[in-house]
Amino acid sequence: MAIPGQQELTQLENFMEGIWKQNPVFVMLLGLCPALAVTVSAVNALAMGAATTFVLLGSTLLVSLMRNFVPKEVRIATYIVIIATFVTIVDYLIAAISLELYEALGAFIQLIVVNCMILGRAEAHASRNAPIRALTNALGMGLGFTIGLFALGSVREILGSGTLFGVSLFGPDFQPWVVMVLPPGGFFVLGAWLLVFNWWRNRTPAATGTLKPAEGHSHG
Amino acid sequence: MTAQTPQIQLRTSPHMKRGVTVERIMLNVVLALLPIVLFSIWQYGLSALALIVTVTATCVVTERLFNRASRSASTLSDWSAVITGLLLALTLPPAFPLWMGVVAGVAAIGLGKVLFGGIGFNVFNPALVGRAFVQAAFPVAITTWVPAFSPTRFSEFVPTTFTVPLMMPPDISEWARQALDGFTGATPLARWKFENELTPVQDFLTGAVTASAGETSAILILLGGFYLAARKFLDWRIPVAVLGSAAVLAWAFHLHDPGHFPEPAFVLLSGGLMLGAVFMATDMATSPVTPLGVWLYGILIGVVTVSIRYFGGLTEGIMYAILFANALVPLIDQYTQPKVFGQRRSS
Amino acid sequence: MSGTQVIAAPARTSSVAMIRTLGLVATVCGILLVLTYENTLEAINANKRIALERAVFKVIPGAATMKSFYATPAGLVPGEGPMPEGAMKFYAAYDGQGGLKGLAAEAGAMGYADMVRVLYGYDPATETVNGYGVVSHRETPGIGDKIIFDQAFLKNFKALDVRLNPGKTGLVNPVVVVKHGTKQRGWEIDAIAGATVTSRAVAKGINDSAQKLLPLLVPHLEQLQAGG
Repeated sequence: MAIPGQQELTQLENFMEGIWKQNPVFVMLLGLCPALAVTVSAVNALAMGAATTFVLLGSTLLVSLMRNFVPKEVRIATYIVIIATFVTIVDYLIAAISLELYEALGAFIQLIVVNCMILGRAEAHASRNAPIRALTNALGMGLGFTIGLFALGSVREILGSGTLFGVSLFGPDFQPWVVMVLPPGGFFVLGAWLLVFNWWRNRTPAATGTLKPAEGHSHG
Repeated sequence: MTAQTPQIQLRTSPHMKRGVTVERIMLNVVLALLPIVLFSIWQYGLSALALIVTVTATCVVTERLFNRASRSASTLSDWSAVITGLLLALTLPPAFPLWMGVVAGVAAIGLGKVLFGGIGFNVFNPALVGRAFVQAAFPVAITTWVPAFSPTRFSEFVPTTFTVPLMMPPDISEWARQALDGFTGATPLARWKFENELTPVQDFLTGAVTASAGETSAILILLGGFYLAARKFLDWRIPVAVLGSAAVLAWAFHLHDPGHFPEPAFVLLSGGLMLGAVFMATDMATSPVTPLGVWLYGILIGVVTVSIRYFGGLTEGIMYAILFANALVPLIDQYTQPKVFGQRRSS
Repeated sequence: MSGTQVIAAPARTSSVAMIRTLGLVATVCGILLVLTYENTLEAINANKRIALERAVFKVIPGAATMKSFYATPAGLVPGEGPMPEGAMKFYAAYDGQGGLKGLAAEAGAMGYADMVRVLYGYDPATETVNGYGVVSHRETPGIGDKIIFDQAFLKNFKALDVRLNPGKTGLVNPVVVVKHGTKQRGWEIDAIAGATVTSRAVAKGINDSAQKLLPLLVPHLEQLQAGG
């Protein structure tokens, strides 16, 4: 979340914020509902990441453009209308591109609308910054979210099906770890990644002073 | 305590006597488990031996590695990792691929124990966490059974035992049929549930049934339980409550519809109920401490087990019943606190 | 969202400004939605039709075109618009020359984890189910999902007997599941060993659907053979 009075970030730092320091999945723990539910394969993870990024960019642009006109009493309502619009657009687009992908992602495309990362970015960043800055930040966040989903999806696909992007890695005799493509697998893999991520952050002294995971909002 | 300087010491209370240590309790549990382990090896041969050794070693090594990673003192000497390993191995099919056994062992200790802070802090029985993990991960392998007392059990391994890590175990239905004539590959519970065939009680007593490595020796399990209960290393109320409630419920169902529901003896002897009731539900860290709570906990396990067997999709319910009851232990303890001596009930 | 905001007697915004803003936002969003809808509608419908055709052609070998119908107690009506009360939806598939190749319908029943939904092909000439495909399921991978590819199980649906009784009120023999390896009669389904619950769901789904659909449909076969 943007802290009032903080130093102006350079464009690059602004972009990198979502990828590393405030990664939505690994640091802020936002948007966990899709992160746990659809990441059974790398393709699903990337598609979900791309769809979310699209919604994030679209809503950020509109929110940022309108930031000076929207009275704050109705700002949340405005954001929700805008976000819901882009979610519906992405819903149509995916159904038009590939019905298979559409069915694999299921209700979670529509559920992007309740991903609190998007509303959070609209409130905390897009409504306070000019379009270019806001878009740069949103792109970083979207990429960070996609990277997070891909980290989950690739591990789950490799262990759960023995493939990556549908390409068999271990030959036909591979024993799939069924649990990995079931819901508990999402929790196991997310837990393991958080372990690795936090262990790594704690080892690097430069990372101190940033948000700890516990301070982020859970559930999305 | 020092023997060479006998003298009378005068102290005010409280007086401490040489306490029962964790190591002593655990060592006794290992002793009580040994006959079951030996029977299992006699029954299933080399494959069971290899599985028990591998799983136990995995548990011990995992505990050691986590100890080192967290820079805490080694907790190996308290034998608890060995018990987890033995119990876990006894709940697995005898010809379970060894690499999956390793996965189960790592999950048991890593996920079930050290993640919560090690011995005494775990919420769930570690051995059952390990088994639940591999049951969810490898549903086929964990329901692939081999015949007991096959004539070649001491001269060859079951083909699945040495499956290449990460690979699928070979199909052994042909092998099993040759090893023992008329072998169906289904446990008594599965045969009852899906085909309505009852296994005679004497088969359970001699161990001539298809089951997990340590499930068949009801008599040895009970003997181990009696030994531990007599030495007060386990709370006798728990197995009594589990087995009693399961038997009463089974008896009620049997009276209601004898054609469909089996006799209580079948319910008590089949599956892992006996092993679970005596050795797993009684885990000190994961069972209640109040006398009333212990009864409630045991009855809950018995009722849930029978309910899952009769009405659930699974054939055996003891594992999830115990894990479920484990989760409720803090709640049970909280609601069954005895009233403090001298207080009135109303206060 | 953030707790850093201090609420200090905010200046009042006029209702007109709020309504104007929301109206503007709604208009912009509405235009965006309509544009997207118009431009993707065709592709989405084509996708859906292709997916359905692919599924139906898989269970009816040799089919080239298909039509959907509702079977109602009053007769067959084209399968467009909302489904009439008490009707069953099915698909009729024709070969290149317009000859009826077979019928297909969806069936579903509760499996181990969730509904198991399958599409089955019905051959009116032999009164058998002669095609089968899984539409959706959530059974345990490695056990229940064998209903998709297990060869022995798929063999059940080469010629599964679903003859109607003389009164045309139901099947002569209900479709039932038998223990693996004990199939003897035409209307029995040989269960997958270890996946009894899922096998039962498939059989129950097909039985329920056929018991209801075939009595409505068979009296009107000529209409279908004439091309609907």
